[in-house]
Amino acid sequence: MEIVYNGEMDKRACKEVLGRVIPQLVKEDPEIVYLDADLMSCIGTLKGTRDVADRAINCGIAEANMIGVACGLASAGFKPIVHTFGPFASRRCFDQVFLSAGYAKNDITIIGTDPGVMAAMNGGTHMPFEDMALYNTIPGATIIDVTDPTLLESAIRQCVNRKGVKYIRVGRKQYAKVYAEGSEVPIGKATVLREGGDAVVFASGILVHEAMKAAETLAAEGTQISVLDMFSVKPLDEEAVVEYARKTGAVVVAENHNRHGGLYASVAQVLCERCPVPAACVAVEDEFGEVGPQGYLQERFGLTADHVVAQVKAVLARKG
Amino acid sequence: MDVSKKKELQALAVRIRMAALEAIHSLGSGHIGGALSICDVLAVLYGGEMRVDPQNPQWPERDKLVCSKGHAGPGVYGTLAVKGFFPYEELKTLNRPGTRLPSHCDRNKTPGVDMTTGSLGQGTSLACGMAMGEKLRGRDSRVFLIVGDGESNEGQVWEAFSFAAAKKLDNLVVLLDWNKRQLDGWTEDVLSMGDYVEKFNAFGFDTVKVDGNDVEALQGALERTRVGNGKPFAIVMDTVKGAGIKEVAETVMNHSLTVNDEQYTRWMAQLQSELDALEG
Ligand SMILES: Cc1ncc(C[n+]2csc(CCOP(=O)(O)OP(=O)(O)O)c2C)c(N)n1
Ligand SMILES: [Mg+2]
Repeated sequence: MEIVYNGEMDKRACKEVLGRVIPQLVKEDPEIVYLDADLMSCIGTLKGTRDVADRAINCGIAEANMIGVACGLASAGFKPIVHTFGPFASRRCFDQVFLSAGYAKNDITIIGTDPGVMAAMNGGTHMPFEDMALYNTIPGATIIDVTDPTLLESAIRQCVNRKGVKYIRVGRKQYAKVYAEGSEVPIGKATVLREGGDAVVFASGILVHEAMKAAETLAAEGTQISVLDMFSVKPLDEEAVVEYARKTGAVVVAENHNRHGGLYASVAQVLCERCPVPAACVAVEDEFGEVGPQGYLQERFGLTADHVVAQVKAVLARKG
Repeated sequence: MDVSKKKELQALAVRIRMAALEAIHSLGSGHIGGALSICDVLAVLYGGEMRVDPQNPQWPERDKLVCSKGHAGPGVYGTLAVKGFFPYEELKTLNRPGTRLPSHCDRNKTPGVDMTTGSLGQGTSLACGMAMGEKLRGRDSRVFLIVGDGESNEGQVWEAFSFAAAKKLDNLVVLLDWNKRQLDGWTEDVLSMGDYVEKFNAFGFDTVKVDGNDVEALQGALERTRVGNGKPFAIVMDTVKGAGIKEVAETVMNHSLTVNDEQYTRWMAQLQSELDALEG
């Protein structure tokens, strides 16, 4: 694995990665089946799966049924990859995921696109600030908050062969490039992107880029922070949390999700039990989503580099 | 239907299309196909069939509309703007920061929008509850429910339809927008739903099928629903996704399209000349 972050966007949008990798996997591995709920054209998988149509199944707009069907296919030995937008991949079919997949031990990989403010123009009904919270409650589940296209590909390839319920949340747009193309990024392990002793920011998804920008701003003012990519929200790299909390004594958690039940909640639990230090979050407060361009929404819900800077300063003040 | 009434409704439908196009173009893209397919039924509903008061959108005795295919918001907003529920100019705020016109219908934001929708399927049960509420309150208001054909893939839709028939909600009028297309293309290819008329009848509805882009046919079907007969009503509207703008209708994948200035100008001119012919 190689880290190449320099603040620039990865040229590939994640939609392109999904549109390439999913058909590829179906073709490479006869055990893989791909199910979608009338959103194949939104991730560019319509064309690429035409010649493997028997294992690329459009279930129509019926997400709960799709999860059940995927679980049935899993029981027949297949490795299902399921896709729909984030809210419909979490809230809409949660009991089916919890019981038919989790409890009944039918292992499936679920991809939920456009998490949090990335749902932008689709607005409040399509804007999940709580999808990770739901998946966090499923015993043994895996939750990946995607950092960039390379991580996306690496995560999908690992997830299809992993036990349990696997949930990958990813925006279809471009992300800042963090990992060198072709890198394998092991699930369960945080990635240290920047070292600094004054505070640590544990970030995931689009907030990784914001945290890195914040680190630059703070460095210019003489404050050195560590930034860790916590893409593996579950299982969480608890050792990394404890190590960096001890090293710095001040923690900020940044995520494109609400403050309840996501990365902040999981990190805070670890801190409480093993290493209590001042902590704060950059996350959505107790609010529903709304419509608008992503840039506006990041301002509106407090998910920018400036917000990270402000929260780092706030925890530093409490650190004393 | 007399000729002048027919022309009036047709003209209203054109105005609604122009307003929807105005909103979508101001943003640069949007759910144009599904908005255009329902403009004729919206014209009939808001052109007289529905009991509403633009000055008093919260009037309890009004008839209510649930556009369960909430992505057709621009069609609904176009209608409400033309009817004066809010200023026409506001159409240009579609999806803008702080707007009252989000891409999907929102009862807490837009004057005249009776129910929040966007997660497909959910509006159907909401409409059942609303219709039941009218009955419990002793009001004679009707509830009109627009459902997409793709949307009808959702199991919840059929739970709601079972409920409506079992509870004899004869003040509920389901308007199924059978435009034969959903997001990934032809409904027949994505998930074939069989014969809607047979399905509705089997579920216990009073059902008719009409040309859903013909205001006269729609008006006739809707008149039948003014007096309840113990069964919920279903009108299967045979429509074209993108109806009213030829180029949009002929684009198979027309669920969501970009609209540039050149297209906007040309399509507006076409609609304007239709309007002139109807009103001239
Ligand atoms: C529960 C849910 N799943 C998926 C979507 C995404 N989506 C929005 S519109 C649409 C297609 C709708 O097709 P149809 O109901 O036929 O609408 P129309 O053709 O009238 O536009 C899809 C899949 C959604 N809004 N809600
Ligand atoms: Mg349709």
